[in-house]
Amino acid sequence: MARLNALDLAAEADHIARRLRDITLQTLRRRGLVVAISGGIDSSVCAALAVRALGKDRVFGLLLPERDSSGASTRLGTMLAEHLGIEHELQDISPTLEAIGCYARQDAVLRRVFPDYRPDWKFKLVISQAMAGRLAVTRLVAEDTAGQRYEQRLSAPDYLEFVAATNFKQRIRKTLEYFHADRLNYAVVGTPNRLEYDQGFFVKNGDGSADVKPIAHLYKTQVYAMARHLGLPEAILGTTPTTDTFSLAQGQDEYYFGLPYPQMDLALWHLNNGLSAAELARELGCDGATAQRAFETIRAKRRATVYLQAPPVLVSPVPEMHGEGIPT
Amino acid sequence: MSDPKPRIRAFIESNFLIQATMQLQDSDSLLDFQVVDSTGFLELIHFVEAEFGLKVADAEMVLENFDSIDSIAGFVRRKLGV
Repeated sequence: MARLNALDLAAEADHIARRLRDITLQTLRRRGLVVAISGGIDSSVCAALAVRALGKDRVFGLLLPERDSSGASTRLGTMLAEHLGIEHELQDISPTLEAIGCYARQDAVLRRVFPDYRPDWKFKLVISQAMAGRLAVTRLVAEDTAGQRYEQRLSAPDYLEFVAATNFKQRIRKTLEYFHADRLNYAVVGTPNRLEYDQGFFVKNGDGSADVKPIAHLYKTQVYAMARHLGLPEAILGTTPTTDTFSLAQGQDEYYFGLPYPQMDLALWHLNNGLSAAELARELGCDGATAQRAFETIRAKRRATVYLQAPPVLVSPVPEMHGEGIPT
Repeated sequence: MSDPKPRIRAFIESNFLIQATMQLQDSDSLLDFQVVDSTGFLELIHFVEAEFGLKVADAEMVLENFDSIDSIAGFVRRKLGV
């Protein structure tokens, strides 16, 4: 059983490229691949592997920033597209999000929670982990123009509405990816890594939607190693995972995992490879109870992810549609 | 104050317990029986605050207070001093 860091990167890159090519051209019968590029490591690796699979002339890159995106995402995304030599397009989706009410609905929740809130404030969602008998607590953190921070726990209705409004971002992006895929007769790449895919860190029919997912089997640690192996620009290799969803910078662990992602990545690997909590504890440098809770967290999130992963459920079977070349 | 358990049970049964086959006991763990997920606990807390007119502090958001009908009822009684 290969250790997390012992992946044969050259062989794996070849394997993914071969599979991408076969899936795109044969299974899906499309001419190329659309990749939305955020400047982050996952989409960068996916784009590079797509080029490896099909050549740069059959990969189309999309940069889709909005009001709350960091400037770095556009800069790094452009750098990556130019490094790969792929055709790419930038579309600011802020007007679209404005029109569909994304910002207005977020603001409505923010005003309920912080009566003094003004649209020039910055904000983010923080989720504290359900561990050690504690329930998960979701908080809005806001910062006014003077830099003063405010924190408030969200009630269930406010939390759900805030997340629903924020989810517009991922869903609008996916809508544009499919526009380009349709006009080019290409397929759409989904870029989740294994931790995200397994733990439901994606928006249903947003970034969770795709025709092919080339790195869903790779642990985040392996994605970083692959990025280095593929020779991606240093600036991209040095990025810390962020959600790049809120105007206040928010680590992915703050938003979803509650633990630093390298620790969750390791925990997932240990669990999947049948290793014990004691062995995980040794790796993490923590006590056995913490390691055990990490395992429990993973299992609990898997249960919650069932809804996110579920394809449309038929009330009654349609047998003609199943078992005849439907891609799995 | 009347016994809070019937109202708590009614909320849980109508929102989380769709399978009629399962008879939830007052002492059964909502987490262990997978009746309630993390969003569900948020909804449960929202219900308790609205129904009984109390405020749940962050530090009180623990399984000890919310993981069974018994423990929720006990928590409500303690908060209201009854």
